[in-house]
Amino acid sequence: MRENRLARHAESGEAPSINFNNVSLSLGDKPLFDSLSMTIDGGRCTCILGPSGCGKSTLLRMISHTTTLVYQGTIRIESQTAGDGKIAWMSQNDLLLPWLSLLDNVLLGVKLRNAESSSHRAKARALLKEAGLAEYEDALPATLSGGMRQRGALLRTLMEERPVLLMDEPFSALDALARMKLQNLSARLTRKSTVLLVTHDPMEALRMGHKVLVLSNRPTQVKSIVSLAGTPPRNVDDPEIQAYFSVLLGQLMDESPV
Amino acid sequence: MKVIRLILLGCGLLLIWQLVVFVTGAPHYILPGPVPVFHAIVNHSSTLLGHLQTTLTEILLGILLGSFLGVTTALIMTLSPLLKRWMLPVLVISQAIPVFALAPVLVLWFGYGMASKVAMAVLIIYFPVTSSFYYGMRRTEPQLLELAHIMDGRPMSIMRYIIIPSALPAFASGLRVATAVAPIGAVVGEWVGSSAGLGFYMLHANARMQIDVMFAALTVLSAVSLLLYFFIDFVLGKLIFWENTQGITR
Repeated sequence: MRENRLARHAESGEAPSINFNNVSLSLGDKPLFDSLSMTIDGGRCTCILGPSGCGKSTLLRMISHTTTLVYQGTIRIESQTAGDGKIAWMSQNDLLLPWLSLLDNVLLGVKLRNAESSSHRAKARALLKEAGLAEYEDALPATLSGGMRQRGALLRTLMEERPVLLMDEPFSALDALARMKLQNLSARLTRKSTVLLVTHDPMEALRMGHKVLVLSNRPTQVKSIVSLAGTPPRNVDDPEIQAYFSVLLGQLMDESPV
Repeated sequence: MKVIRLILLGCGLLLIWQLVVFVTGAPHYILPGPVPVFHAIVNHSSTLLGHLQTTLTEILLGILLGSFLGVTTALIMTLSPLLKRWMLPVLVISQAIPVFALAPVLVLWFGYGMASKVAMAVLIIYFPVTSSFYYGMRRTEPQLLELAHIMDGRPMSIMRYIIIPSALPAFASGLRVATAVAPIGAVVGEWVGSSAGLGFYMLHANARMQIDVMFAALTVLSAVSLLLYFFIDFVLGKLIFWENTQGITR
């Protein structure tokens, strides 16, 4: 089973949970987070929904240490294996390098770590095949469609074999059909990893997540938690989605300023 | 299409030239028309070719050496913030000093031969090449650097795969400017003191009132500079194929 092989890291080590403990952060004189505490389950997909400006992306940046903002409290990745390299990142921009072929873009992480080997190349090719991009491995990003590029970005993220995947609105730049396909692929290939997916789309959150956290306006708190049964990706006509969609939409409307 | 446009443009300029001669009625020893200049080019072709060879060598060596120095400086400034603080003022000074005023000094130091002209060309193109490459590297898309950081990339690999390729389009603009101005450096150097080159030949012809020959040298110099520019532009476009693709972040 290829899926099992791809999710090897999740089997050898357990996918860690992420703990926010009394995290406070102020932008200017206005608090963005005031003693925010929450736990992101290990090995599951947690979707974060919230009004714009509530700091969804900032949360991801705080986990990945890619922000210079200083916060109080602790954010811990509860992993039993020590060291860095637990996180992989995927954003709304595919960030494919226009001077590298699709295959080389998927291999970017190992290239940057000077660790490229033939087994890496074989794995990247297997991933490309899995994503239906086998014949495009030599193509330059500029010649690919937005959906294909974002698929490439997903593969680059998976290639990292990191136990924690942070995804910042990874599908929002795509048209509806491409988005649906990529959501399916992503859900299938990221099973057993700890996935934290920020989105503004309740439908996406309900299709992709084991759990959906709805955040409130500033100072941001967890307003509600929806736990879903079954395995993502859920079909659009899944009864759970039907049941929760309007609830989530209503909660987001309440938090929206206008 | 581009070629047709260039030919039309060239013809148009020649027509304006002829028109100016016709309207002003300038004597041939002040402003010769295109036809006498063309005759001069044909009649003095072997001499012109010899001088052109000298000037072209100076220009190419200047571009090569200037680019090498510029690229090296930009890389050092990017890799070492400490050295950057010392080199940035030197870079600005190299641009602030009027290079033409240095020409006599350079001839004094490097002699009447090619070296002083190459040095002039190098001085002229050093700034555009260095600054374009350096600022190109500094403007690397921050999201790419964050991604590389999360991937635990090695600094040298990040330079190789991300920062340098990101800066190459900017570097190419700098190199285009350099190609356009390098002939100025070479010719000014020749004016100040030399025994060969198109600049030398222009002064030589001027002193003998061979204005048509002077214009012939000028025309050849312009044509060759233009051809060199288009050649470099073409090669850069092929090598740095991502130059005109949309930005990384859409």
